[in-house]
Amino acid sequence: MKHLLGTRELDRDEAIALLDIAEDMAAVQDREVKKLPTLRGKTVVNLFFEDSTRTRISFEAAAKRLSADVINFSAKGSSVSKGESLKDTAQTLQAMGADGVVIRHHASGAPQTLATSGWIDAGVVNAGDGTHEHPTQALLDAFTIRRRLHGASSRGRGLDGVHVVIVGDILHSRVARSNVWLLTTLGANVELVAPPTLVPVATGAWPAEVGYDLDAALDGAPDVVMMLRIQAERMHAAFFPNSREYARTWGLDDARFDRLPPTTMVMHPGPMNRGLEISARAADSPRSTVREQVANGVSVRMAALYMLLSGERGES
Amino acid sequence: MPMRHLITGATLPSGERADILIDGGVIAEVGSISGAAGATVHDADGLIALPGLVDLHTHLREPGYEQSETVLTGSQAAAAGGFTAVFAMANTFPVADTAGVVEQEASLGRSAGYATVQPIGAVTVGLKGSELAELGAMARSRANVRVFSDDGFCVSDPLLMRRALEYVKAFDGVIAQHAQEPRLTEGAQMNEGALSGELGLAGWPAVAEESIIARDVLLAEHVGSRLHVCHVSTAGSVEVIRWAKARGIDVTAEVTPHHLLLTEDLIRGYDPRFKVNPPLRRAEDTLALRAALADGTIDIVATDHAPHPVEAKESEWDAAANGMVGLESALSVVHAAVVENGLLGWSDVARVLSQAPARIGRLRGQGEAIAVGAAPELTLYDPNASAVFDLDRLAGRSTNSPYLGRTLPGRVVATFHAGYATALDGRVRPSEEIAELAIAANGGAHG
Repeated sequence: MKHLLGTRELDRDEAIALLDIAEDMAAVQDREVKKLPTLRGKTVVNLFFEDSTRTRISFEAAAKRLSADVINFSAKGSSVSKGESLKDTAQTLQAMGADGVVIRHHASGAPQTLATSGWIDAGVVNAGDGTHEHPTQALLDAFTIRRRLHGASSRGRGLDGVHVVIVGDILHSRVARSNVWLLTTLGANVELVAPPTLVPVATGAWPAEVGYDLDAALDGAPDVVMMLRIQAERMHAAFFPNSREYARTWGLDDARFDRLPPTTMVMHPGPMNRGLEISARAADSPRSTVREQVANGVSVRMAALYMLLSGERGES
Repeated sequence: MPMRHLITGATLPSGERADILIDGGVIAEVGSISGAAGATVHDADGLIALPGLVDLHTHLREPGYEQSETVLTGSQAAAAGGFTAVFAMANTFPVADTAGVVEQEASLGRSAGYATVQPIGAVTVGLKGSELAELGAMARSRANVRVFSDDGFCVSDPLLMRRALEYVKAFDGVIAQHAQEPRLTEGAQMNEGALSGELGLAGWPAVAEESIIARDVLLAEHVGSRLHVCHVSTAGSVEVIRWAKARGIDVTAEVTPHHLLLTEDLIRGYDPRFKVNPPLRRAEDTLALRAALADGTIDIVATDHAPHPVEAKESEWDAAANGMVGLESALSVVHAAVVENGLLGWSDVARVLSQAPARIGRLRGQGEAIAVGAAPELTLYDPNASAVFDLDRLAGRSTNSPYLGRTLPGRVVATFHAGYATALDGRVRPSEEIAELAIAANGGAHG
């Protein structure tokens, strides 16, 4: 694997291999010395055109635990905010000898542009691009689900038959897209629930059911309910009337949470709006995987960096 | 260089074979010509002779954006593509919204000498969509403007659009509308549909074009005015225009070569060469547009030639400029999209790329059938050629062509404008030579 740009291009074997390596990485996290020498001498650049402290420190921890040198490049306050192009930034990183670039960008497709432009030789990891994909988030979600379901016997397994309901702003969510592709590739059944205004206009070809009724979806006793962050500014663009109506209709409040089977996992990619898309009780319950997701994020990102940067690159 | 050109053995759009003698300012003879003393002879065996192509929709960028194109380089691109006249859109800097700017544009065109440069006037001051520009002054100026457009922006205010349609009746003008409902396309990056949802690019829905066209044809009917619709891109727009024409509304429409040939699937790799406004649409749309061009619902092909400097396209998708150069490739693309499959014959090509655009734009001396006494505007095209379209084919200042690397049929061999050759053997003639010929053709002096 040369780049990790999205989950849509991953096949089942590749995805399971990545999750299995993440299991190995997770095992290292339980040791007293959490560091592996694998990427010693390699340089990983975290190139962030959008603020995201959580994702950046997760990648930073992952790279450091593999002994890579890490450079954090935040576009804010840098020459990028003074009009430097992606091309010039890429060529700068190339000149500095970056082996891997972890890129977060507000424009969909920017990681692909970086990977295919010829401006830079580094392996590219998409850390979230516009409203397109966020593959390591989906991988850590899949990893988390698999571990909850199968524990120590997770290795080698997919998510066959697992019923996942994803709720919220599908239209603007790169997390939702990456999860739709990855979870279904792994065999899960995915159901999307959102206000009709926050679903893309033509999802007929998506391998997922689309519905507008959260209560009906929860009646199906899903194995996983994944709540997406709803951005308050959406209501100003008439996607929904106001946050109260949103919370009433599409929020995982206490009443809905209490109706769920005791085995249903509650997931959220964070950061959460407590009281809006998810109640505090749901977020803090033992059924919530929110903190595991954060811990697993480091393992999954270690696996991704390992697959891209260790050994001979360029073989797919 | 002599002003007599004898073209031998050309195939006319009708399929007839003929020799053509250009003598000074006129086509002097068509048929079997035994000899023409002092004429330069061009062997056109196997070549099609078309009336010089006329583009109703060109961005020449001068004044203001000379790093992308100038009147000179843009009209060189025109000559390379077989065009003898281009209508220059108004979105220059300053905007072509006064008599002074349109006269300057026309004058630059005459000096360059490669093609008739007919300015289009802005509908509203500064393309701002709030008050009418001096349409009458531009119409009465030496630039003789008849086509008015805010292209790049839609005249979205319905009252302003109504008034513009009414006002230009005084001088037989036409409003060429860029149909794009602005609120429905805020931040839009590509056609809205299954692919935009997957790629995570903000959608430009077909309805944003169709609703404006529907409104405008009804306005044109109500006030009895002439409307022209720029770059029609959707199957739904075709239906609306077909309905309007059946109802007797005085509407004409254009389609670009790229909307006839290219589809949104090309955007998968986020290559900004394929970023254009209106965006590339679905395969179904290209098929509907081709059928509409064949049945006359769409009247003309116009290039929307939109040059941009390299840096405007070497970027992530969102940051890239909209637009493609199109003059040099237009005839080959039309050939590939609608001639090879038999939808259009060469006489249809002459109609949609020369006669009809000249008529819509009320441009005299262009778009005339190849006959004795007609203006000496001609294009010779080799329909049997086929080659990878490469940088060598581009004659303008910018290289943002979506066709680079793609095999296209045909090749423009020669272009004759005002009785002299602006391109020969597939090459644009040098600018000094053309400038002198232009002065001579204008009787030794011009404005």
